[in-house]
Amino acid sequence: MHPLLWALLFTAMFSLTIYSIAFAQGSTPTDDEVNQIAKKLYCPVCENIPLDACPTEACRQWRDQIREMLSQGKTEAEIIDYFAATYGERAASDPRDKVKAYLVPIVAILLGAAGLVSALRKWRKPQAVRPAASASEAQPPAQMDDYVARIEEELRNRD
Amino acid sequence: MIAHFGFGILLIAFFVTLYATLTSALSKRETPQRAASMVESARRAMLLTFPLITLASALLIYLLVNNHFEVQFVYQVTSRSMPTYLKVTAWWGGQAGSLLFWSWLMSAFASLATLRNWERDREFLPWVILVSCFTLAFFLGMTAFFENPFKMFYQTSDGVGAYFFQPANSMLFTPEDGRGLNPLLRHPGMVAHPPLLYLGFVSFVIPFAFAIAALITGRTDDRWIRITRRWALWAWLFLTFGLVFGGRWAYDVLGWGGYWGWDPVEIAAFMPWLTGTAFLHSVMIQEKRGMLKHWNMLLIILTYDLVIFGTFLTRSGVLSSVHAFAQSAIGPLFFGYIIITFVASVALLLHRWGSLKAETEMKSLLSREALFLFNNLLFMSVLVVCFWGVIYPLTSELFTGSKVTVGPPFYERATGPLFAALLFLMGIAPLSAWGHSTLKTLGRALWKPAIVAVAITLALYAFYTRNAYALTGFFLVAFVVSITVYEYWRGARARQKSKHENFLAALSNLTKRDRRRYGGYLVHLSIALMAIGILGIELFQIETQGTLEINQRMSLGGYDMQYQDIARFTGPDGREVTRAVVGIYQNGQFLGNLHPRIDYYWDAQQAMTIPGQRATMKDDLYILLVNWEPASASGATFKIYVNPLVNWLWMGSLLFFAGIAIAAWPEKDRERAVVKASRQIHEAGAAK
Repeated sequence: MHPLLWALLFTAMFSLTIYSIAFAQGSTPTDDEVNQIAKKLYCPVCENIPLDACPTEACRQWRDQIREMLSQGKTEAEIIDYFAATYGERAASDPRDKVKAYLVPIVAILLGAAGLVSALRKWRKPQAVRPAASASEAQPPAQMDDYVARIEEELRNRD
Repeated sequence: MIAHFGFGILLIAFFVTLYATLTSALSKRETPQRAASMVESARRAMLLTFPLITLASALLIYLLVNNHFEVQFVYQVTSRSMPTYLKVTAWWGGQAGSLLFWSWLMSAFASLATLRNWERDREFLPWVILVSCFTLAFFLGMTAFFENPFKMFYQTSDGVGAYFFQPANSMLFTPEDGRGLNPLLRHPGMVAHPPLLYLGFVSFVIPFAFAIAALITGRTDDRWIRITRRWALWAWLFLTFGLVFGGRWAYDVLGWGGYWGWDPVEIAAFMPWLTGTAFLHSVMIQEKRGMLKHWNMLLIILTYDLVIFGTFLTRSGVLSSVHAFAQSAIGPLFFGYIIITFVASVALLLHRWGSLKAETEMKSLLSREALFLFNNLLFMSVLVVCFWGVIYPLTSELFTGSKVTVGPPFYERATGPLFAALLFLMGIAPLSAWGHSTLKTLGRALWKPAIVAVAITLALYAFYTRNAYALTGFFLVAFVVSITVYEYWRGARARQKSKHENFLAALSNLTKRDRRRYGGYLVHLSIALMAIGILGIELFQIETQGTLEINQRMSLGGYDMQYQDIARFTGPDGREVTRAVVGIYQNGQFLGNLHPRIDYYWDAQQAMTIPGQRATMKDDLYILLVNWEPASASGATFKIYVNPLVNWLWMGSLLFFAGIAIAAWPEKDRERAVVKASRQIHEAGAAK
């Protein structure tokens, strides 16, 4: 390749790199980019209003801070970590310690399911002795539409 | 003077409820004759509470409407500039008044219950009075002694304070104007939301009272369930509507483009709804199959205590900080009350455990009773998630000192699959038979609606969305809807053939014949419609924000919005209104103007962001005015949301109402009708 071409290519790549660095740092992030992160934060004062929807002055300043951090090239995770570290864990909408937050309900639900399964087993046991009886009970009379039979049977069961 | 009078009435009402509680409790020890007169006396005392609390409430409303700012409560929740209807609704706009409102509704419901026909179950009466009066006494006591709405301001040498009675060497102090109602509550939605929610809360107390009566008397057959079935259904309706209206209010007033933020206050009202819904389903198993008697008792006890817990969460300040809880007397009192009632009820349940044995056994895992059990498991799982989500930040603060926020992501992740499973069960459960079902019988009933649902899902995949969550959700909704419609159609067809009626008559007669069942189907259908709305806004909501100069445009989701004008003026009630005019276009066609605005309330020093909305069944265009400063020339900042399908949620709730009304509308008492008919036959026979 011609040395001049090399030089051109090199210059082009260099300026592109410079440009992209400058762009990453200098551009102002859009409101949407800011809100995307603000949605996941809560300020300590305005209870239960996510930061992206909060109209107070303090929350506007927080959003400006997000904008600034974004323009410095910080990622979403870094920004949320920063707010949680500076203003306490409650600033993040999702609990930081996932194990603590999710373990209890998961264990409780599994226990409930296990309880239900064991109860069902206990209830079903007597059936094993006489499986034939229940099968014949469920057979609808042949001449009737089985849907009508079901309706009739349920109506009969009503008080 | 009027405030003193109101306070006096409140005290009398409190002592009357105490009297009714004690008299009915003690009647058990007496001779039958004396017991009967004691119970009658307690019943009359119970009936007296309603006019008493009505009078106290009327006095409070008088004070509110007539700007009696020397009364602390009036000062806190009203101001001169508020319109009269808001001054009336300020009754439930603050702590003390809302507790009085709760008591008033409670006494209305307890009175209604005591006025019913007791011929066939007189032994329940003293215990129903006991439970409802005990509950009422707790709330009235709280209102009278701790959160009294009739306290007045007095100027003493130490400054101004609020007192029950005039302290020595003091003068009545009347502020010039009140602080005014929290602006968020100055909205028609807030007129309807708290009463409906409280109606739901208090009407669940009645089934609980009957359950306790059944446990105390040992009459543990399903009589108590049959008596309270309609109470529970209406309670459920009120609670559901309370939640829906709350959502609608949040959507219109809070300005975050949504209707449900998994806020602890919302969850507080949602938890009794969950157990109540589980209860409504599982009592059917007891009625039809004589099973799950313990479980139903436990569910109604849980519902009752969650009702109190919900009121506790919103009223005690525990949510803002665990430490706020200890600062007022209300928190510990509520907490103690919940513990005492829960432990006492469960002890009673354990005492009667043996007499609540199941009469039949579970025969098949696909029988309707088994599917109902899975449904109960799912509701309880959602409850566990919600309960933990509310409790976790409190325990974290208590034990580690650091507060945690449990926001929407936690709840969405944890409850999403549970709600999907509930939808699926809602589809198949109505098709399975009581007692016995097999895969074969279920499959035979299922395959046609299932094909319809698959076809709809494929069409959605081809033309609307590729989102897997959305497709799963829409498949389930289509499944429920097609099954329910198919059930109606098959029932009506069968009737049409056998009774030779036309289709519409068959449909209406079918519903009349088993209103509970077909009303229930309508409710299922409405839940499916609401699910469409929820899926739409949860999965497809889009938003954008930008700052515009006059005549500049911004677009989102096929809509164009043009900023046309803005004005700032003073509203009729003293608020400062900043109102923008924006034109809405779709495909170049002008659709109309919207007026997003910011209302600033000087008396409360708070701003509210009211969206401009354009609603269609396809989507809602929801525009917020975020910021505008007259001094800067940099234009106004707007935020636009497009919320697809959200109106299906509100439409669904109307169908829900229709379903419950069909299922719960009072019917002629069958037993009495039989008695009457046989008497007529008897008389006719005698006349011959």
